[in-house]
Order: sequence, then C-alpha cells, then structure tokens
Amino acid sequence: MSLNPITLTVIQAGLQQVCDEMDLAFSRAAFSPVIAEANDRSDGIYAASDGALIAQGSAGLPVFVGTMQYSTRTIIEMIAAGDVAEPSPGDIYIVNDPYLGGTHLMDVRFAKPFYRDGEIYCWLSNTGHWPDTGGAVPGGFSASATAVEQEGLRLPPVKLFKQGTLDKEIFSIIKSNIRVSDQRIGDVQAQAAALYVGETRLTALLDRYGDQSVSDAIEELSRRATRQMQDCLQDIPDGTYVAKAFVDSDGVVNKPLTIDLSVVKFGSNLVFDFSGSSPPCLGPMNSVRATTYSAVYLAMRHIFPHVPMNAGAFEPFDITGIENTFLDAQYPRPVSGCAAEVSQRIAEAVFAALVKALPDKVTAAPAGTSGNFALGGFDPDRDRDYVMYQISGGGYGGNARHDGLSNGCSTIGISKAPPIEIMEQAYPVLYHHYALHKGTGGAGKHRGGFGLDYEVELRRGQAKASFVMDHGRFGPQGALDGADGGLNKVTVHRGGAAYTPEHLSKEQDIPLCAGDRVHVQTPGGGGYGSPLDRKPDLVFEDVRLGRYSEQQAKNLFGVVIAGTPPNVDTDATQLLRAKMRAI
Amino acid sequence: MADSEDTQAGTIVGVDVGGTFTDLVALSPRGLRLAKVPSTIDNQSNGVLRALDAAECDIAALDLIVHGTTTTTNAVLERKLARTGLITTQGFRDILELGRRTRPQAYGMFGEFKPLIPRDLRLEVPERMDCDGNILTRLDHGAVANAARSLLDHGCEAVVVHFLHAYANPIHEQQAVEIVQSIWPNNYITAGHALLSENREYERGVTAAVNASVQPVLSKYVEKLLQTLTDQGYKRDLLIMNGNGGMVRAQNVAKEAAKTVMSGPASGVMAAAFTGRMCNEPNLITYDMGGTSTDVALIRGSTPSVSNEIEVEYGMPIHVPMVDVRTVGAGGGSIARINSGGLLEVGPESAGASPGPICYDRGGTEPTISDANFLLGRLRPPNFSETAETEVSRNVRGVISARLASALNCSAVEAAAAVVRVANAKMAGAIRMVSLSLGADPRDFALFAFGGAGPLHAAALARELDIPRVVIPARPGLTNALGCVVADLRHDFVRTLNASLGTLDPNQIGSIFSAQIAQGKSMVLNETIALDRVESILSLDMQFTGQTHLLRVPIDNPAITIAELQDRFERIYFERFHVELPNIQATVVNVNCSIVGHRPPLDLTQLFDQKKRATSLKDAQSSTRPVYFGKTWIDTPVYSRDGLPADASLQGPAILEQMDTTIVIPPGDRVTTDTVGNLILHVRGAL
Repeated sequence: MSLNPITLTVIQAGLQQVCDEMDLAFSRAAFSPVIAEANDRSDGIYAASDGALIAQGSAGLPVFVGTMQYSTRTIIEMIAAGDVAEPSPGDIYIVNDPYLGGTHLMDVRFAKPFYRDGEIYCWLSNTGHWPDTGGAVPGGFSASATAVEQEGLRLPPVKLFKQGTLDKEIFSIIKSNIRVSDQRIGDVQAQAAALYVGETRLTALLDRYGDQSVSDAIEELSRRATRQMQDCLQDIPDGTYVAKAFVDSDGVVNKPLTIDLSVVKFGSNLVFDFSGSSPPCLGPMNSVRATTYSAVYLAMRHIFPHVPMNAGAFEPFDITGIENTFLDAQYPRPVSGCAAEVSQRIAEAVFAALVKALPDKVTAAPAGTSGNFALGGFDPDRDRDYVMYQISGGGYGGNARHDGLSNGCSTIGISKAPPIEIMEQAYPVLYHHYALHKGTGGAGKHRGGFGLDYEVELRRGQAKASFVMDHGRFGPQGALDGADGGLNKVTVHRGGAAYTPEHLSKEQDIPLCAGDRVHVQTPGGGGYGSPLDRKPDLVFEDVRLGRYSEQQAKNLFGVVIAGTPPNVDTDATQLLRAKMRAI
Repeated sequence: MADSEDTQAGTIVGVDVGGTFTDLVALSPRGLRLAKVPSTIDNQSNGVLRALDAAECDIAALDLIVHGTTTTTNAVLERKLARTGLITTQGFRDILELGRRTRPQAYGMFGEFKPLIPRDLRLEVPERMDCDGNILTRLDHGAVANAARSLLDHGCEAVVVHFLHAYANPIHEQQAVEIVQSIWPNNYITAGHALLSENREYERGVTAAVNASVQPVLSKYVEKLLQTLTDQGYKRDLLIMNGNGGMVRAQNVAKEAAKTVMSGPASGVMAAAFTGRMCNEPNLITYDMGGTSTDVALIRGSTPSVSNEIEVEYGMPIHVPMVDVRTVGAGGGSIARINSGGLLEVGPESAGASPGPICYDRGGTEPTISDANFLLGRLRPPNFSETAETEVSRNVRGVISARLASALNCSAVEAAAAVVRVANAKMAGAIRMVSLSLGADPRDFALFAFGGAGPLHAAALARELDIPRVVIPARPGLTNALGCVVADLRHDFVRTLNASLGTLDPNQIGSIFSAQIAQGKSMVLNETIALDRVESILSLDMQFTGQTHLLRVPIDNPAITIAELQDRFERIYFERFHVELPNIQATVVNVNCSIVGHRPPLDLTQLFDQKKRATSLKDAQSSTRPVYFGKTWIDTPVYSRDGLPADASLQGPAILEQMDTTIVIPPGDRVTTDTVGNLILHVRGAL
C-alpha cells in the first residue's frame, strides 16, 4: 500500500463530507423537532466486515460517538448466523433494540448495505431520536419502569425497506404501537433519504479515487487516528487514576448507584475499569454496553476534540469490568435513562479521573444532566392532549483557563432549550421566572458556571408532571481542591403545599391542577482549584452582580466584604483565608 | 490634481471599510476612479477621507456617497459598546445571560460567554402579557420610571425595553418607551418588538441589545463623518449600507443600527448579483477569499439569499433580515501544518494581516496558503523584485521544506502543491455544504470569484465542485465598494404569525402585507435619492405543521387563497426534498415583505480604463514565468489584465495580474471576456 499522504488527506475529507451531507439531509427533511431542531441524530459509514466506524458526521449528537458501530456489527453477525434475512441492494434494516448495540428505544437506527460490483463495500447507518416509540410514558423517558416492555416497542433488525420499497406491513405494525404516528412517515422518509444521499456521494468518491485506493485509505486513516490518539495520551503520566460518580437513584429504589472507575495508563493505552460499580438496577437507570462504551468515547472526544472520529481513535482504549454492573444491563432490564443520564455520569467519572492527569485539558465536572421535565395533560381550551418537554442546562466546570459557562447544554447533547414564548404558545403553562440559579457555581480558583432556576404554572386543565434529572443528591464534582457545584432541586407546589419528590431528581406522574406550580433549579458546575486562590475582586464582582451572597463569599471563598459602598476588606480576607488554609 | 466641479458632477462614490483596506470606487459620466488605502480602524472616517483624496475626488462636487462601514461589527466583536441598560419583565432579567443552553462547540467543555448587558444593569418591572397578547399583570409605570432613572445614575447611555410576548401585543413596551423617553436624555431607546416581532425572547432580546449598544457608537461615527464631509463642501446625501444589501440615509441609520452589523460582506454579494444580472448569470455562488477568511453566499435569479437568523458569534444571534453570507474558514493567511497523525492540515489558524504570510516579508514565519501559491509561481507579492526574490523565495522554500515537505517525504514544491490541493478540497466541501443547506446543487450555478485571493483558487474549486463557469469581475478586490455604488434602497419587514392553514383567516395575510407595503413605501419615499422604480417582494415562511425548518414561499398576489397556499407550499417542498406529504397541513410562520427602491442602473464597462487596453493579446503580455501545474513546471505567460483587449480570449495556462488580485488559469481552461468587463473562465472537465 503506497498511498501518498495528500491523497489520504483528501479522501479523509471526502468521507467526512459524505457523512456531513447525510446529517444535513436528515435534519432538513425530518419532522420530529428532536431531529430537525435538536439534531438528535447521527449518520456514518461502517466497515463491511465488522461494522467498525469509518467516518461519522460532525453534526451528529455527541452521545452517538461510536455507538452505531455496535448495532451495525450486530446486524452483520445476525445475518451471518442466519438470524436476520440476507441483504440485497436497496434494503434498509431498522433496529432499536437496546441490547443489540443500542441506546434507549427512542433512538431508532437504519442500516443500509452499500454495494460495489455486487459485493457489500460498507454499511451506511443512521440513528434518529423518534418522539415516541410507545410504552407507558409518552416520549419514553420513564422514571419508574421496571422492564423494557414498559418502555416501548422493541424492534430487532428487520428490513423496513426491501430493495428500495417501504414494507408497508412492518410500518403499519410500528405505526399502531407509537403515539403521534401520523408524522412518523415523514421521519422515516427523511432517515432513508439521508442514507440515499450517502450512497450517491460515496459512489462519486469511489468513482473518483478508485475502490482500492479508498479501501487502502480507510485502513491507513484508522491506523493514523490510533497514532494521533496515542500521541495525545502521552501527556498522561503512567499510573492509575480513580474516580467515582453517583446516580441519585434508579427511580424505583431510592438509593444511589455508583460508577466506580479506575483509569490505568500504561504505555500508549488507557484501560477504563468499571468493576466495583453497582449491579444492574430495578428502575430505568441502567446502561447498555454500546452506550457505556460510547459515553467513554464521548468523554475522551471532549478532551481531545481534534482526533478524527473513526474506529482507530478508540483503539488505544480498553473498557473492562462492566459485566454484571448496571453499565451492561441485559434483557429485560429497563434502560430509558441510559443515554440521557447514566452516560453523563460515566463521562463525569472519566473527567474526574483524568483531570488529575490532564489539568489543562479537562474541566471540573459539568452539570451533566438533560434536566428533563415532562408535563402531560389535557388542554380544555384547545380540546386536545399534549406532552410538553422542558429540557434545561446547568453550569459547566471551572477549568485551567476560565470560569465555567452558565446554563450549558448536557454533555451528551448539542440541542438548544426551547424559548419560553414558544412553550407558552404551545402548552397551557405560564413561567413565573427563568433565572440564574444563584450560588450554584462550585467555588474554586475558577468557579463553576451557574445552573438555571425556573418556575412554571399550569394555567388550565389537569396534568401529570414527570422528572428525569440527576445531581439532586451529589453536586457535579469539583477538581483540584475546587468545591462541588450546587444541587438540582425540584419542588412541586400543589394546592398551596410544597412537595419534594422522594427521589429528589426523579418521579413519574405527579398530578397537577390548574394553578399548581413546578419549580426546577438545576445544578451548577464544579469548581476548579482552591477557592482561596480566587482573586478577591472576582468574588466581589460576583457578589455585586448578585450571583453569590456576601455570606457565600465569606464561607466559600474566604472573602470578606464590608463598608459602604461595600468592597473587599483586604486585611480581613487575608486573615480569614490564612485561617481557612490552616484547617 | 482635482478636476473642476462640473467635470465631477454626476459622480457616485462607493467607499467600503474592510479589516485591512478601505476601498473606493467613484463612477462618473467621465470615467472611473479607484482607491485602496489602509483602513483606520479606530476612526474609520480618516481612511474614508484618505481614499477620497487618493482618488482625487472633489468632495463638494460629488453627487452621492454610499458608505459600507464595519464600525458596528467591530464594536460588537470587541465589545466596545455603549453602556446599555435593560428594562424587562419581572422574573426574566437573566434571559440575556442564560441564552438557550448551548456551548460554543460540539466537543470540548471549555468556553465563555459575556452577556451584552451586565446583570446589574438589567432591571425588572412588574408587567406580564400572555402569548395571545392578553394583559395578565398591568405595567407598573412608576417602576419603569424608577428603573430608567437608576440606569441613568449607573451611567447608561442607551436602554432596551424588552418584555415577554411583546410581539403579540406591544402596548406595554410602547408605554414603557414613552415613560423612558420623558426621562432619557437622548434617543438611544430600543423596544424589543420594534426591530423584529418574533416569538423567541432570547433572540429578540439580543437583537435589541445589540441595536441599543451600537446606536451611540454608529450615530457618533456617522455624524462626525457627515460633518467632516459637509465642512469640505459636500451637499448631498450620505447613505450607509445595511446587512440586507440595501442602504439607508445616514441620519436614519442609527435607529436600526443592528442592521449594519453584517453590512460589509453583504455589499460584495450585492455587487455580484448586480454584475450577474448585467452579464446574464442570474445564478451565482459568490466566493470571496481574503487574507483571513472566505465568505460564501448564494444568488438565485439575481437575488441573494437572505436569512433572518444570522449568528454573529457564539451566543450572539441578530435576527433581522440580512444577506446570508457564510464564513467557511480558510483565507490566504491560513497556516499549513502536519498533525500528529502525519497528515497535512490547513487552517483554522491564520497568520492574519500581521505578520501575514512569509512571502510578504513582514515578519511572517508560518507557512500559509499564500506562501504555497508563491512557491508555485502563481502569486507575486506587491513590489516583488528580482533582487528580493532570492531571499524571500529561499525563506519560503526553507520553511515549507522544514515544516511540511520533510514529514510528507516530498519536495518543497510538491508540499506547496499539496497545501493548495488540501485547502481547495476543504473550501469546496464547505461551499457544497452551504449550497446544500440552502437547497441548491452547486452544479446549477456559476462561481463568482472575488476578494484578493478568490481568483487564485477559483478554477480549481470550480472543477472540484463540477461548476462549469467562473465569473471574475472587473475589480475583484474592490467588489464591496462596487456593492455600495450599485445598492438599492431597501426595507424589510417580518411578522410572526404561526398559524396553521386550517385556522388561518386569508384576509389576515392580505392585511399584514398591505400594512407592510404602506410602511415600507413611505420609508423609501422619505429618502431623497433618485429611484427608477419601487418593488415589493412578498413571501411567507412555511412548514408542515409539526416541522421545524422553514421554506420560503414567494407570493406574487397578497390575495392568495388557502388552497393555493397549501398547493404552492407542497410544490416547493417537493422540489426541495422530493417527498410528497399531501395529508399533512401546512403552517404559516412568518409574513415577509421587502420594499426595494431601485436606483438607475450603472454601466459596468466604466470599471476599465479603455485607453489601457492593448490591441492584441501579445501586447498585453508582461512576462513569462514558470508556474507549477499538476506535477510539472510550465512556462506560463503573464498578462496585465487591464491591458487585455476587450474581446480577448485565451487558453490556459496563464496568469493575469491586476492591481487588486491575481487570476490563475490552469492548462486546458479557457478564458473569454464579456461585454461588461468580466472574465468568464470555462472549466475543462467540469460538467
């Protein structure tokens, strides 16, 4: 193989372009706002032999980094074993089974064999988050399911398109089992159209550079990505880095789940050992293998964003010890919290372990929850049922360069929260405030960002409120002597009384009447470095702007503010900080 | 020496301030004057005056000056803004700081955001409207007055009044503005609903905050410039370019100052649209490559694509209609390097204008795209002389050898060719994504190449994109200034409706259009400039109910029926996505109206001094030099573009040099000239 490096670069850009065009086509034509607006989808190219990732669209949702290679591999294996029908040109398989290389049921994958001269050259696959796949809860984010059957319709790999034609019988089964099904045909067409775009563009690429050259380039690019990742890992001194992260509860049994991670760096490899993590849980906060792997890849990509995304980049990683833990749940464990919440706790554990080794490249823990509040009810004025989702952000971790961002997106997502004005148009709700969650930025030399604090009232009719959030019990972790970020809080004001969910961040179907209010306060980010090293002027500025109280300045940062007009009392601050350091 | 007053009568001047240069085009019945002088960023009017001076313009005799300025762009990007306060709905002052839960990049948890208005200058007053415009809490007038006084005490110069759902019922904002007006010492008061009536509180609020905080900056700048010009005897209107590609009288521009923020790139696109109309190329992809970045826009039917959703930088949406110009990265100064995987990367880091590429000999040390073009014999820096050649060439060759060629295991020249190839592949990919995201296939367009570096790469890019023709205008490096000269008057209106066709009263659309047209026409007629005709451009932004992306549906007659609307939308949808969805109802999201006052057309042939043209191609040739194409050096004729005969036609390889750019014609491509002074490059191997 003697591809010159320039051709290699150009083919790499070409493969990336194919995937980016698939992403674009999918979003532009999709109906579901989750796909069209929130970009909760991903497209990629996968190896014919084992489904290894060749290239993935850069606009895909981060949680899908590397996941589709497992579902594609499963399809290839099941075809070989005779468990799934043999492919022919124009076929598209559909699958959403979490245990077959998936995430939660709502992430529906399409996989299409790509043929050259009668042989499968590679697979084109994509994932789109469908707004509903049936099950007990509209939208699928259950806080209390105890088996996957309660979570929705589970599809093994079956051909939804046979030689280019939609199988109307299979589609009608799907349609009969999901909510708001009339628009799904639009999403199915969009998802298939994206694969068609990929097929056309990949054909053009192969015609231009030749099948063999492209195959050689794919192999070589994988090797080089491995080398690039190994090069990045050289900054980590050999050794073991441990961290824990906790999920508040599984939604059913009210006790924390532990992710127990030790990262062993030796030579040019990293071993992520999760043994010691909690066993599979009763409620839906289980993860499945593909999602656990993907969460580790995602965290590493946040740390080294410039390494190209192909299977080679993951080669230096070894993930072990997940068997018999809640990170590798088997049928029929419920899994609806895996992609939105558990994956973010896994990423948090990776950040918390590696920030010690890579203090310039890793931040303190971000809020890391999707902050999912769902309200389902009947609107008497409009005579219709509705399900409203309010996702929300939280503070990011302080870091070597600066303070953390406030109200940042979930670690695994890139989607924007909906505007209040649009929510009030679409649903019978009224927001009373939408503000900074004061005091939540974890104290540190560079403090964490602040969470969000909102209160929303049901204006008419009756409804049920559900919450799938996290960090109600443990704040996002501070790093290098930084303090943890502030906690997530949910309070429901019903008939004049305040109610706090037993599991703090998770509960299903809390009944509401008109006039009742839901108050959500999201977590702040972890602090970075000792709060006693933060410049007193910066602490004062935060107090002046009402982000912390004077009391917090004193207790958290050792900064004394006094006088009229108030200012930093330098002497008292020095004294106090000396005392606090001594403790 | 300046001409006497009567010889400059009828002169129209376009002057555009860019990051590096201030460009001027002066067109008069007697001919053309051009100038390119360094920009004076702190006070752009100095550069403007210098450019007028350099072009020997008799200011007192000029008929019209149209000015593109980056005053507001720089103010926003560098946060050199007026101290601005916010008066907003109780409970919602943090909207401007919280944004919509985003981060600056998909991967990487770093990033900062600084709100335009700091928290202590964001004050809340009791009031609340619901989404239908019903008053839930009456406006507390006293609280508004107190807030305004408090903001003044805190040294605010400008103020924003921004209430929830003001797009549905602006009465509270109007009342609050009246109260503030009675207290505020100046006119820098922006109401959120006045610039756009869109139902997104963050975007509307940021747009209003940008507007308020650049108003004083723009207003002072324009007043000073106008005063200076008046002192020198100028008696006519000064017009300022807007980001929508139209222009507004200087006295009125500050009112909607946010509209000028993206005006620079817009004027270049307007010039391209105009030139395209003149040379019968109505469908163009504009490709403007400068020193630090490349801007791309789409022109269909001689009309540039317009977007209401431009984001100037992370977290900084400005939602007023603007020419949809996308920045796609690389410029001549983009730096090439070898990554740890051993692969060549070009950009995103740039050597910028200073120190710039190595070949400009101003202290640059990093190998750039320009250096690669230099080493390949394509580009010659200004004042490049034989004696300097050895040292600069040695320097460029040395750096490319050491940094790139050794890792790629090839010669310096091969490495330079690789840099150009990789940069072209990257730009071509980005251009494809821009056109696809606007629903267009690049093969249906001609490439309009301008900017200092655009014509260097245009032929290769066109081949990469299967674009058959490249149009290179007469003055590629002065296109933005030309855009000022050809721009029309323009006012845009957007009204959010968000109504499904099932519930929509068809008369409502008609009456919104009528009101928009009446308002726009009176605004256009208030300007004193001469117009040929006034045009109303109507459209609706629509989607299938439940969908998110909008499609723009042109409307020729405001009295359209619901059935026609559904039908027309389905047709446009099918053209774009090849999907038929006859059972899903459509929704009208926005009602858009643009009123354009067209100015008398200009004669583009003036852009060349006909006297400089040679009678034969041979006479236009200045030299021959070896240029690297494909894998070999070819002795390539170099022509002075200004000297080309008016009907010149030539075959590549060739290099054409002119004051503001260098044009590369690869072997096999053919160049012809058209009647309005453009070069048309016919790309071999493209469709």
